[in-house]
Amino acid sequence: MPIDIIVCIKQVPDPEYFDKITLDSATGTIRRTGIPVITNPADRHAVEEALRIREEFGGSVTVLTMGPPQARKSIDEALAMGADRGALLCDQVFAGADTLSTAYILSGGINLIGRYDLILCGNETVDGSTGQVPAQLSEFLGLPHTTHARRIDMIDDRRAVIERVVENGYLRVEMELPAVVAVLKRINTYRLPTVMGIMEASQKEVLELGCSACESLGMNSCDMGLEGSPTRVAEVFESPQRRRVEMLTGEPQEIAKQLVRRLHQLDAL
Amino acid sequence: MKEIVVWAEQKENRLQPVSLELLEKARELSDQINGSVVAVLMGHQCRPQADELIHYGASRVFCVDDPCLSFYQSDLYPKILARILSDISPEIVLIGGTTIGMDLAPRVAAKLRTGLTAHCVNLNIETIDGKDQLIQVVPGWGGNMLVKIICPERRPQMATVRPGVMEMGKPDKNRRGVVIPVAAGVSEKDIKSKTIEFIRDSSEDISIEEADIIVSGGFGLDSAGGFALIEELARAIRGEVAGTRPAFDQGYIPEFRMIGQSGRTVKPRLFISVGASGAIHYTTGFSKSKVIVGIDKNPKAPIFDMADLGIVGDLRKIIPCLIEEFKKEDPQK
Ligand SMILES: Cc1cc2nc3c(=O)[nH]c(=O)nc-3n(C[C@H](O)[C@H](O)[C@H](O)COP(=O)(O)OP(=O)(O)OC[C@H]3O[C@@H](n4cnc5c(N)ncnc54)[C@H](O)[C@@H]3O)c2cc1C
Repeated sequence: MPIDIIVCIKQVPDPEYFDKITLDSATGTIRRTGIPVITNPADRHAVEEALRIREEFGGSVTVLTMGPPQARKSIDEALAMGADRGALLCDQVFAGADTLSTAYILSGGINLIGRYDLILCGNETVDGSTGQVPAQLSEFLGLPHTTHARRIDMIDDRRAVIERVVENGYLRVEMELPAVVAVLKRINTYRLPTVMGIMEASQKEVLELGCSACESLGMNSCDMGLEGSPTRVAEVFESPQRRRVEMLTGEPQEIAKQLVRRLHQLDAL
Repeated sequence: MKEIVVWAEQKENRLQPVSLELLEKARELSDQINGSVVAVLMGHQCRPQADELIHYGASRVFCVDDPCLSFYQSDLYPKILARILSDISPEIVLIGGTTIGMDLAPRVAAKLRTGLTAHCVNLNIETIDGKDQLIQVVPGWGGNMLVKIICPERRPQMATVRPGVMEMGKPDKNRRGVVIPVAAGVSEKDIKSKTIEFIRDSSEDISIEEADIIVSGGFGLDSAGGFALIEELARAIRGEVAGTRPAFDQGYIPEFRMIGQSGRTVKPRLFISVGASGAIHYTTGFSKSKVIVGIDKNPKAPIFDMADLGIVGDLRKIIPCLIEEFKKEDPQK
């Protein structure tokens, strides 16, 4: 019984360049011009998990992303890893979406793709780190969800057993499909695209979906993008938390002695 | 009456400390908006915990006691919480940012079509355009910047807060409140995603929050080929190892040892940060430590704005000397 999987992925700024990102304190928006982008790390593991399941059961893997036209690069990368096709949700109307609005738009993309047994997401992105989208997406789709998955065992195309990490252990969760599962990075090690994969990727289909496609499903553009986002940045300010630092200088051995002495004086040892 | 709701998380019928921390915060916020504090508790045979919530400051506790609810169920818990919230229309909902809270909160926010801010490091009330707004403070980008997020129109305003970020209050057995039993109103057949067991696995967690001394490494440890130096330093000083998000991403530490906004919040007696630039996402996780030591080769690294004692230099030279010096102090190690 083949299993059709949709994987939601996101293009994010490369964490190695996080220190180059600044905030425009007037608008609260992020200035990220010139910052290299990558596919969100956890999402690559989600793609890998989908490929692994397809290898075992057959079926298909579709990757879906919402983003600017450049986000196509993340789709191509997933296609080169072995995904069968991609879909890019791209429209001015989508810009400025918070997690609620993002989840709403993604649910539109999923409904437009149509056929699925399982939806996989990365548990969280490195840029927002909220981890909110998978559970919100499942609400808009009316599907069950599980986040923090460290292992997925597919029983058949109707059932899966998930190991879901909690503090101090994990929960074993039996799920009816279709369902949304958000995976942790440790679920697998992902493959790198091969030269063959990259060549084949250029032949694969990539759907381009905009606001009007979503509206054809009866979705409302007022619920999309900045307009559809309940949260707002009100203000950016400097943290009042600061300490006055005492620098220790000299040769390393000398510094080490000073540090131990000062820590004793501060009653920190 | 303006209500502030705290979702009270219990595990094996023990209240999670973060819920009690949030109750204290809710008490403080309710004074500012002249409101009252409500807790919502779900579980099986959890009635005794309802009294405890009153002692910690809830004036009303909605208690949903049902065998279906002994484990967290990602179908049922959001459904029930959203139903209760729709009934009482609160101003604010606070949920602990545990692995469970981070699953529950977004689903509930989506059901109510309202805003949710993750990993807040501070919460307070400000009046904006004549309306009381919950100011949800999260770390921003670039240097030492924080961002205030608001949810201006929709209600409730929802936020998650990681354990240890807020201070827990003292319980007072004289506090009075009402416990309101609520029927779960769900049945087994509503469960499509069913938690069947909890498997304890202590390798999944340690309480880094309880450590007196923490040695935390950043991406700079890559230059030393990994975390061996940090581990040896931690042994020499009888501390616990922790690290930054990149240290976790590199696989040097498990996630429960990651410090920061989206990781753990700690307040040890001594926090030594090594080879970490000091992004505010990271420093908010230990800013309340008693003594902070920063070690980094970049003299301009923001970590030095957060440290009491600073050392500029190559960690590969400095850490071995520190290890030697601490071993002299404590020859056992
Ligand atoms: C929403 C969000 C949430 C986040 N949450 C967290 C979080 O909870 N925790 C967290 O840590 N981060 C978090 N981050 C990431 C955070 O913004 C920073 O990117 C991260 O903290 C940087 O980690 P680092 O200091 O280890 O790495 P870097 O910034 O790369 O710093 C490495 C440091 O090592 C120094 N160094 C290199 N070699 C040596 C050497 N030989 N000797 C001495 N020093 C050396 C360098 O000078 C540099 O200062 C979050 C980001 C976002 C967007």
